[in-house]
Amino acid sequence: MKILVSAKRVSDPNAKLAISGDGKWVEGDVEYVMNYFCENAIECALALAEEHGDVETVALGVGESDETGRFVRQGALARGIDRGIVVSADEAIIDSDLIARVYQKIVEKESPDLVLIGKQSVDGDSNQVGQLLAEYLDWPQATFASKVEIKGDQIEVTREVDGGLEVVALSMPCVITADLRLNEPRFASLAGIMKAKKKPLDEYELDDLDLGDAAPKVRIAKMTTPSGRKAGVLVKDVDDLVAKLRGEARVI
Amino acid sequence: MSKILVIADHDNVAAKKITLNTIDFAKQLIAKKGGSFDIAVIGNGCGSAAAGLTGYGAGAVHVVEHADLAHPLAQGFAKVVADLAKSIGADVVAMSASSLGKDAMPRVAVRLQAGMASDVIGIVDAGGAVAFRRPMWAGNLVGDVVIDTAVQVVTVRSSAFDAIAASGGASPVQSFAADPGASRAKFVRFEGTQSSRPDLTEAAVVVAGGRGLKDRFGPITEPLADLLGGAIGASRAAVDDGFAPNDYQIGQTGKVVAPQLYFAIAISGAVQHLAGMKNSKTIVAINKNADEPIFKVADYGLVADAFTAVPELVSKIKAVRS
Repeated sequence: MKILVSAKRVSDPNAKLAISGDGKWVEGDVEYVMNYFCENAIECALALAEEHGDVETVALGVGESDETGRFVRQGALARGIDRGIVVSADEAIIDSDLIARVYQKIVEKESPDLVLIGKQSVDGDSNQVGQLLAEYLDWPQATFASKVEIKGDQIEVTREVDGGLEVVALSMPCVITADLRLNEPRFASLAGIMKAKKKPLDEYELDDLDLGDAAPKVRIAKMTTPSGRKAGVLVKDVDDLVAKLRGEARVI
Repeated sequence: MSKILVIADHDNVAAKKITLNTIDFAKQLIAKKGGSFDIAVIGNGCGSAAAGLTGYGAGAVHVVEHADLAHPLAQGFAKVVADLAKSIGADVVAMSASSLGKDAMPRVAVRLQAGMASDVIGIVDAGGAVAFRRPMWAGNLVGDVVIDTAVQVVTVRSSAFDAIAASGGASPVQSFAADPGASRAKFVRFEGTQSSRPDLTEAAVVVAGGRGLKDRFGPITEPLADLLGGAIGASRAAVDDGFAPNDYQIGQTGKVVAPQLYFAIAISGAVQHLAGMKNSKTIVAINKNADEPIFKVADYGLVADAFTAVPELVSKIKAVRS
């Protein structure tokens, strides 16, 4: 069995973000972290490999090549993923659709049985790539997974949906997108970090992938910082709170 | 001129209120571009839900029924949406960013060779083009995105649009033959969260609790929610630790709410949580630590132990009301 897993770097949403001069992306000089949901996807791939044996795991990163390569090595290979692939692309321009088409081309080269992708990246917050990929491949999908179990030739996935939990069964090959409660991502061990330096990392340019039309379908015309909310007042005690909610805000 | 197809969220019996927010989005887009909108109600035995949507000014309400759509999965649902969109010549397909909307609409976009904008909060001009405004980086930034394809797909953040009232008239109800096609995905079961309270995304009052409430999460939040007719929400940490079910989670990756009144009880206010509630009209924070970031967005902050302050709040609201 082969699992392809996503490894995307994102500029840290907890850091102070500055919009670039052209207003279309954030300034380059920011802190990057591994996308939280990709960490859950990577952990899931490693756990399935440990549980079932004879599983090859491959991490894919799409983005600025040197930095993305570093994240694939440190965030995926050092944790135990077998090898990596980096596709070089301008992160400010590439859209979810083009990323999904890049994944499609890598899937065609690698023929994985399962693609595990973070349910969204916490920079663009689009929540699209896994679903787009599944449709391009005409594969079944299970998004927002909080539990993944292989049962014979089926994968049973528990999904976090409005109103509760939904359980679906998929046959492979299929796409699963990882939610935060899927697992607790492990840290890379020192031995893992040393081993990762020698693991194979293939690099591609967009032009190498025979994408046909490599134009994005969606572009950012302008980004802005929303006006923040002002802090209100501290109330003395519960009586003061009740008085303000009733007299001033008129909400109770 | 635009032909917009609004995909209803419903439980087969009736449309969910978030469908009305999506209709508001469609009407705002028509105000900018001209055109008209249709509504699709896709499910099984969903005729009554369709009948409830005939008074909102749609050109038609399409009823699309199939046994495989009783518990719709993304692959078949998306095929049916795309088939209908093609058949009526829709150039915009919109659904709320519900879990089904998020799950299925990207697949619709691929089928229609469309670009897609997720979680749209507004419609703006960008150099002569219509752009969709959407939150990014947990709402710390907003992007105005232009979709360059002939057909466009969007999911709509309900809290950013109004649940509009019926405008009268009687849209014709039309049946569309559904073919969800084959799929290697099967629905197994649904484990619903039992609640008699209003939906989180529809409630005028939300009482949200954090990890600090521990196993007294329910006893602390429920009396206040019930007193005010509110829904109960939770921080991610409270859900992770099992004190609240998953669909209570409010934030960047959970539900986004904008009620009239929001109580953040023992919630620190991480950026991911604020992304889900900072557009609430009035925010009340109760936390024993005065340094928590939640106090930077709260209209009224009370530095106090929630275990004593919240029951006292319940009894004092009762007292002033009687």
